[in-house]
Amino acid sequence: MSDNKNNWPLWEVFIQSKRGLEHKHVGSLHAADAQMAIENARDVYTRRQEGQSIWVVPAAAISASQPEDAAMLFDPADDKTYRHPTFYTMPEGAKYI
Amino acid sequence: MSNALFQYTIRLADDLLILSHRLSEWCGHGPILEEDIALTNRALDHIGEARNLLTYAGQVEGKGRDEDALAYLRNERQYLNTKLVEQPNGDYAHTIVRSFLFDAYHLPLAEALTKSTDAQLAAIAAKAVKEAQYHVKHSSDWLVRFGDGTEESHRRAQKALDDLWTFTGDLFAQDEVQQQLVKAGIAPDLTPIKTAFDATVDKVLKEATLKRPVDGFMASGGRQGRHSEHLGYILADMQYLQRAYPGAEW
Repeated sequence: MSDNKNNWPLWEVFIQSKRGLEHKHVGSLHAADAQMAIENARDVYTRRQEGQSIWVVPAAAISASQPEDAAMLFDPADDKTYRHPTFYTMPEGAKYI
Repeated sequence: MSNALFQYTIRLADDLLILSHRLSEWCGHGPILEEDIALTNRALDHIGEARNLLTYAGQVEGKGRDEDALAYLRNERQYLNTKLVEQPNGDYAHTIVRSFLFDAYHLPLAEALTKSTDAQLAAIAAKAVKEAQYHVKHSSDWLVRFGDGTEESHRRAQKALDDLWTFTGDLFAQDEVQQQLVKAGIAPDLTPIKTAFDATVDKVLKEATLKRPVDGFMASGGRQGRHSEHLGYILADMQYLQRAYPGAEW
């Protein structure tokens, strides 16, 4: 959260575009509390029919991996293509895989 | 009857058009980016409803005037909005209180208008109800934050309320146009709308720890085209282009 006392805390906004789909991160905004964050998100991020449900999360509540750890965390997966399910023959007519 | 219906529709439209213009003055000047967008959204809601009403008023009048002719080519005395909506933005508390007082009236009005015997007014109102619900929520939330916030925000909210209260009488003013349309089932009776307004105001002010001003002198006349000095400046701003370059389009 911001050190500046005059700034409201930052919130991350997640919008669900259609029932059944996941909530997707769309951006962030400032608000004094969760209620205001939802209203602000409605006004900032759903003006063009982008969504039908809103989640807001205090940015400070999110723990993130460190950029300098990226090599250690993600590079080892580079040469393990066998983890991709691309070596199977797909049965005729199978969808959503 | 068609003249009364024209006047009534113009009254409904002008409240929204003028309030919309006032709110649009905040564009780029909002206290924070998020509120700036919220107010502009609201201005667009109001202008959307105003456009539908003005277009309909033009049809009722039957003299070939469209929404633009009615918005840009009428003079001050032909505008029939309440004095409340033309009051200057002032500080943010003033802007919020002005909207709150209007919203507390507009929502029950729109709900009642959905049952109008005039199909077009009913349809326009039906579209506005959901927007109006959000408007009340937005302005109420802010009023509670201000009233129940710091000493300074409380003071400013109370001052705005005290300053603007005198203009609420105009919202419920009765006259022949109003009564004629109520009889025809076109306009809703204002009594239950006033009751709903009072209930909303009392509930929100209580939560906001603000004091409801005493009903004293009530400024009126907006519905008859008699305005405060502020409307002329709004129209000068709004109408300049069409007056200077008649028929200009873009």
